[in-house]
Amino acid sequence: MPYTFNTPDDVEAMLQAIGAASVDELFQQIPDTFRLKRPLKIGPALGELELTQHMTRLSAKNSHAGQKVCFLGGGCYDHFIPAAVDTLASRGEFYTSYTPYQPEVSQGNLQAIFEYQSMICELTGMDVSNASLYDGGSATVEAVLMSIAATTRHGKVVVCQSVHPEYRQVVETYLENFETEVVTIRHEDGTTDLKQLQKAVDDKTSCVVIQHPNFFGCLEDVETVAKLAHKNGALLVQAFDPTSLGILKNPGQLGADIAIAEGQCLGNPMAYGGPYLGILAAREQFIRRMPGRIAGQTVGDGGKRCWVLTLQTREQHIRRDKATSNICTNQGLFALRASIYLALMGPSGMQRLGELCARKSNYAAAQLTANTRFERAFDAPFFKEFVVRDSTGKVSQLLRQCEDAGFFAGIALERWYPDLADCFLVAVTEKRTRAEIDSLVNSMAGTSRKTEKVHA
Amino acid sequence: MRNRLATKLLSELSKPGRQGVRLPDPDVLAKESLEDLIPREFLADAPPPLPELAEPDVIRHYTNLSTLNMSIDTHFYPLGSCTMKYNPKRNERIAAFPGVAELHPYQSERSLQGLFALLFEMQEILAEISGLPAVSLQPAAGAHGEFTALLTAAAYFRDKGMKRTKVLAPDSAHGTNPASAMMAGFDAVTIKSTPDGQVDLNHLKTELDDHLAVFMITNPNTLGMFDRQMGEIAKLVHGAGGLIYLDGANMNAILGITRPGDFGVDMMHFNPHKTFSGPHGGGGPGAGPICVTQALGPYLPSPIIAKDGDQYRLDYDRPKSIGRVRSFFANTGVLVRAYCYIRTHGPDGLKRVSEQAVLNANYLLNRVKHIFPVPQGDRCMHEFVASAATLKKEKGISAMDIAKRLLDYGFHAPTVYFPLTVPEALMIEPTETESKETLDAFAETLFRITDESAESLHAAPTSTIIRRPNEVQAARQPIVKWTKPD
Amino acid sequence: MKPEDLFFLETHEWVHVDSNGGAKIGTIGISAFAVEQLTDLVFMELPKVGAKISAGDELGEVESVKAVSPIYSPVSGEVIEVNKDLPNKLEILNSDPYGQGWIAKIKITDEGSLDKLMDYKAYQKQCAS
Repeated sequence: MPYTFNTPDDVEAMLQAIGAASVDELFQQIPDTFRLKRPLKIGPALGELELTQHMTRLSAKNSHAGQKVCFLGGGCYDHFIPAAVDTLASRGEFYTSYTPYQPEVSQGNLQAIFEYQSMICELTGMDVSNASLYDGGSATVEAVLMSIAATTRHGKVVVCQSVHPEYRQVVETYLENFETEVVTIRHEDGTTDLKQLQKAVDDKTSCVVIQHPNFFGCLEDVETVAKLAHKNGALLVQAFDPTSLGILKNPGQLGADIAIAEGQCLGNPMAYGGPYLGILAAREQFIRRMPGRIAGQTVGDGGKRCWVLTLQTREQHIRRDKATSNICTNQGLFALRASIYLALMGPSGMQRLGELCARKSNYAAAQLTANTRFERAFDAPFFKEFVVRDSTGKVSQLLRQCEDAGFFAGIALERWYPDLADCFLVAVTEKRTRAEIDSLVNSMAGTSRKTEKVHA
Repeated sequence: MRNRLATKLLSELSKPGRQGVRLPDPDVLAKESLEDLIPREFLADAPPPLPELAEPDVIRHYTNLSTLNMSIDTHFYPLGSCTMKYNPKRNERIAAFPGVAELHPYQSERSLQGLFALLFEMQEILAEISGLPAVSLQPAAGAHGEFTALLTAAAYFRDKGMKRTKVLAPDSAHGTNPASAMMAGFDAVTIKSTPDGQVDLNHLKTELDDHLAVFMITNPNTLGMFDRQMGEIAKLVHGAGGLIYLDGANMNAILGITRPGDFGVDMMHFNPHKTFSGPHGGGGPGAGPICVTQALGPYLPSPIIAKDGDQYRLDYDRPKSIGRVRSFFANTGVLVRAYCYIRTHGPDGLKRVSEQAVLNANYLLNRVKHIFPVPQGDRCMHEFVASAATLKKEKGISAMDIAKRLLDYGFHAPTVYFPLTVPEALMIEPTETESKETLDAFAETLFRITDESAESLHAAPTSTIIRRPNEVQAARQPIVKWTKPD
Repeated sequence: MKPEDLFFLETHEWVHVDSNGGAKIGTIGISAFAVEQLTDLVFMELPKVGAKISAGDELGEVESVKAVSPIYSPVSGEVIEVNKDLPNKLEILNSDPYGQGWIAKIKITDEGSLDKLMDYKAYQKQCAS
């Protein structure tokens, strides 16, 4: 027993104090018929050394983004994480604390959440932010549910096809048992078909969900879509990329009512899909419709500024079946990491980050499509990802060859977009160097030998 | 020494021109103007007005902030229902291995065989511990698991052509239960508890009809008692064609001792961040994998990990699946830590976890019960709910007074005023990773507090950095972000 | 208004019925006892003017820091006016719950619901028990 203290003498003394003859006697309230009368069939106990060796062996069977040059995106990105993020977030006082239910001994966490909310508002141009949700998908559906509640329109939700396909699936799963219809607006050349959208949005529509930059990396005309939604009394929900906001107009400027994002890119490891960070920010008038925890500023004895969890009556532990959401946890640790990341980056760091992504991805697109086998599938301007069409149609073979040559080269789109079976999505973050991009281009041109490992 | 000055906000520390990270100059398209790449109408006039700080500013700021928190690494944290056990450091190092932390969710399956082997084994482990064979690792938290299981149940009933609309949960249940039921499209109905904290069977029977979809139960319940009527409840609910859902919040009491699948449960979630010791990180992340019977398996979210020969893959070919409840596979990082915890203990060790957790709780119960009566009796599972009602009546000392004063003595407070069914409730869960000495010191401190005057206790805590934050003001005029002073 | 002139629901709402002219108008609020029990109020949600309400329906909500209480309508009818300023001046509920602290006025369509209400004496007895 690696983490317990009680010695046989302790156990004896404790049983005596309780008045029980054995530890087993303490379980008498469980009917005997329910007792498991054999050991659990799970692997034998491993000491720290053996566990570490076991996990080293297992993880060696994976290839990771430190070994293969990573051009994968689609909502999760290989961005640089400054050491200070890991150092600070791994402090036990943050790491091993819980929800700040006792504000007097949780001011560190509460202030950190308040600063997270402040910086998310500064980043997005929105008025209010919650303390975070599970991930981009949950933030999307919570924004949709908020819109339905705020507009009291249960008829229709309009979602653009260029929104992350998994976010859309989450929305559909959540609304499966309700009358609300989920209408998907097809993309036209990589961006939302505005004519079709105009036809779909009406006085039964609670919100339009658009992503910008969208799943294909393309930039959408959010301002026009926002006006269209508002004209019909619907809300605009914009999924955004936090790393784009050093250079692109923010959701507040574009007219979004609720802005949501996957916050993984802000200093959080990719870790095969989670845990991540769901960002949700909104205009002031929706604050009482927001799901999840919110930290607020107040004063303590003597007028000292301090922080508490506030507007808790929205939440499940008080309102139970009438709560704004069933959500209980926030992603405290990942909100903290994102805050530290944003504090380190500052305005100039975010601007440089955005520029690097834009320049490098544009360079990569130009270099890749210099090869006649490839072309960009869509003409629309993009931020850090773009869709490449392979004229030979052999996408899976190509990606496999690239992986053998040392690259996670892209994401095949067929799984979500059957009509894009000959296409793949390439993401280029600030971490990718010119040499890496050039090597990928060479590799795809078939000039690179299979054994060559390229990693800067 | 605590740095008492260090509570300025980042924005108040900011000074134009400071920078914490310096990214490289562009090595491609460096000469092009940004407008050549992205049309002007998309571009912001200025970068976001974030604070400007140097790295040492940020380090000192957050390091000082951290010292304002109580945590498991620094304090005893007997927060009932939250299972605040020690978070092993080996798990952190392993979860940070590049072969775990630097895996992209859309990598090829062949590049993920080690991780898939672990996740597949995790599915099998959770099936074995729960006694329920079909597993989804997808949900992101306990409440999310509840919700996902209810969607699974809804899909099952729909597929069977049944229209069942009602989800029942006892009044002592976590608020997430009725909230999840509503979100999944059901009507939530509350079932009363008897004075000793068991489900009121007479009330339950009045709700057993062909509208019943799911009965949600927390067992061991929030009073720390195993519901002795479990067999009968299962018979009743199943007899009415309903399913039983177990809120797995209290699994720390029964690992390897009894299995939900063996006591009539059809669906459940685990809280790996509680039971299997994931760090709580100031309120998340967690994970909420769910286990269900074979019959419900086809409706679970997609994908799951499948094994063909010695190869692992993601199985999306599940036509009856409810679909997806989150983006990407799962909270993998949390699951890896849980896996490490489980493999560290092995079969005997896991059982000992529950035995020691229950021993610690019973020991503490029996040390304090003469001052804090425990309505449900002399025995408990991994936690118990004591009442300060007598103290309040006789001396004017409330559960809140005790909670706040404990902070002065260096203990985190228990959960107070929950469950709602016990007046002046103090819900205490010591967990197995505390020593007899800590439990004794905690009990002695409780006694000492009850000897203090009610008046002085109302002023507690007196040693913390802030006292009595004005929650009314915070809620009346919410200030939820920093704004630049005029 | 004096509480003696009002009728009460078990759930602590009061109604005052005016019948000048044809239609009966019910003015609705919550009792001093309820305000005291809820402690410091922080938020109130009013009904919408024009809403059709049945007796026993939720008319709105009042919140303290850690509790939410629905406000039930003692009568059936249509909401014709709400006390718009009240949510911003919740302290009025403490100082004048039966006067300036009124919440909504309802044009009563079904007078049957009035029979089920308590007078002040009966209500006081309920609060004392």
